Amino acid sequence: MKCTPIVLAALLAAALASPAALAQKKYDPGASDKEILIGNINPYSGPASAYGTIGRSIAAYFKKVNEEGGVNGRQINMISYDDGYSPPKTVEMARKLVEQDKVLLIFQPLGTPPNSAIHKYMNAKKVPQLFVATGATKWNDPKKFPWTMGWQPNYQTEANIYAQHILQTKPNAKIAVLYQNDDYGKDYLKGLLDGLGDKAKTMVVKQVSYEVTDPTVDSQMAQLQASGADTFFNITTPKFGAQAIRKAWDSGWKPVHYLNNVSASIGTTLKPAGLDKSVGLITTQYLKDQNDKAWANDPAVVEWTAFMKKYYPDGNLIATENFYGWCVAQTMVQVIKQAGNDLTRANVMKQAASLKNFAPSCMLPGIKINTSATDFAPIESVQLVRFDGKDWVRFGDIIGK
Amino acid sequence: MNKRTLIGIVLVLLLACALPFAVSEYRNFQFTLVLIYSIALLGLNILTGFNGQISLGHGAFYAIGAYCAAILMEQAGLPYWATIPLAGALCLGAGFLFGLPALRLEGLYLALATFALGVSLPQLLKYHRLEEWTGGVQGIVITKPDAPEFLSGLNLALNQDQWLYFFTLAVAVLMFLLARNLLRGRIGRAMMAIRDNPIAAEAMGINISLVKSLTFGISAMFTGIAGALSAIAVQFVAPDSFNIFLSITFLIGIVIGGLASIPGALYGALFIQFVPNIADEISKAAPWAIFGLFLLGFTYLMPTGIAGAIRLGWVRLTRKAHHKPSRVTTILP
Repeated sequence: MKCTPIVLAALLAAALASPAALAQKKYDPGASDKEILIGNINPYSGPASAYGTIGRSIAAYFKKVNEEGGVNGRQINMISYDDGYSPPKTVEMARKLVEQDKVLLIFQPLGTPPNSAIHKYMNAKKVPQLFVATGATKWNDPKKFPWTMGWQPNYQTEANIYAQHILQTKPNAKIAVLYQNDDYGKDYLKGLLDGLGDKAKTMVVKQVSYEVTDPTVDSQMAQLQASGADTFFNITTPKFGAQAIRKAWDSGWKPVHYLNNVSASIGTTLKPAGLDKSVGLITTQYLKDQNDKAWANDPAVVEWTAFMKKYYPDGNLIATENFYGWCVAQTMVQVIKQAGNDLTRANVMKQAASLKNFAPSCMLPGIKINTSATDFAPIESVQLVRFDGKDWVRFGDIIGK
Repeated sequence: MNKRTLIGIVLVLLLACALPFAVSEYRNFQFTLVLIYSIALLGLNILTGFNGQISLGHGAFYAIGAYCAAILMEQAGLPYWATIPLAGALCLGAGFLFGLPALRLEGLYLALATFALGVSLPQLLKYHRLEEWTGGVQGIVITKPDAPEFLSGLNLALNQDQWLYFFTLAVAVLMFLLARNLLRGRIGRAMMAIRDNPIAAEAMGINISLVKSLTFGISAMFTGIAGALSAIAVQFVAPDSFNIFLSITFLIGIVIGGLASIPGALYGALFIQFVPNIADEISKAAPWAIFGLFLLGFTYLMPTGIAGAIRLGWVRLTRKAHHKPSRVTTILP
């Protein structure tokens, strides 16, 4: 902040007359006594349209909040546009939301390429780009991009946690890594190597990459097995994840097998690989899984099911995206609550960066959201889980910050 | 060109120059996109409308142009305006080379070959050996150009969007003039002769293979220049920006705008820019179904495209003005 006389005077005035200043209502575009207008961009059409339901469950949650009286007496109105996962369209829609609809902030735009496309624009315009739906690490860069913040544990954080677990349980492990040769794969790899620190050089005995265009990862798996490693970090998307799990089993390798959260879905990865061949896999979770029997009577899941039936009856109860939308929307509401009557964009960002031990019931017990002016990564702790042939079973403590 | 058309064009240009001062920055950006699309559609129309070669892969040339501009600006540090002719030249070459093997293919087979081009390019852009230049899946972020200094000296302070609009308008006017001169001339007549009757054209001494590959190259050049402009306007390129749907959208644009019509490119651009947004506003649940209805409506009501409908309307209007004489001439044998 520039220390102009006006700012100083304002600070002085605020300090002198704090009760009056607190009651003072301050608004940026999109906020008023009656409503808070927020924008959202989701792929309702196109290659990633399976995620479109996130936008709908978020909208349903705001509807519920509004029916119950809104936040601090204000209704939350969300304008949601379809970008079809096409970055130029994302730019157009973001500009429409900011310049024409005049929203206070843009919440949960989805995907790494669409968010990259508007990253510079949002920061130049100084409009919050909050809780983006992607796991790339670059959203946590408050110095260069003080108007953008992620939400889910990012890839590097997750890989870091596997590294910690390996160091704790098997300090002399020989690690083999298979990773997808793109930014996502390299993000994970960097997290693992950073997490192992000085020991990375000796512990990681083999790293092999594959291309998204490869038909199989069989030859990569043969190389990794031949390296003599006893621990395997599997950085793959579901199709390749399933191939790698099957190959690791069929070839009789059977290492300690860490699978990245990207492929942790039982339906899309483990079933095709074979549930019996997936026993013992280790991955991480941070949200409750509404399909897991262990949570069937959990108040959060019961509340969510009732919410879905009332506010989003067409929504699929099995889709984890709907649970995710419900959960991330609660974080948004918390930020608006904290902002009180100072609904400026600067204060929204400040409040988003001042979440302290926020733990909505949708998250696993023990996982808390903490942010600060230098830490723009809300969820940084996860729960390790192991597959028992039917479900992911939690073990150990929550790891991470 | 007769006097009336000239007046019409001058009026449209004046309107286009006044536009950025009358609308918001966001609308300004949208109209810049319309101009960019119109150049791309003009390119495709030269190939499909005037020469009869169908392309389902022009999104690929658009992508090559965009990446060319992005890489030259961000890696080689070239100024944005210098990237436009270079992107055009690169696409001219790429289009000409693709046109050579495509000579053996006609109609639907050519459509499939170009489709292959359009569908494969986004994946090739992700190829890891090219990643150093293309930025892989992350793409390249581009810095938006400011209006040149001398304009503020002339008391004409333009913001970035306004400046980009005028810059694009200048390029568009130049490209439309170029297309008009080309199509009105010997080469243009050769293109149309090949479309209408290749055997007769060959008998007239037209070198069919040369003209066809040249047309492919010129068409790709127009589309590549549009791609370069789009990269500058959108400030970002990534493989996901240029999926196969873009190529199909271009084809929709020229058919709705009017095949083999120069102003048709502009009408088509307006359609592909605004109708999907209108559809999205009408129905969130099924925007593409609404878009489909629009498409059906347009093709049914204006079988020769918007340009054809306007031409027809104009003829009817003027006929009414010269009511009697035209009646007489049509009745008399």
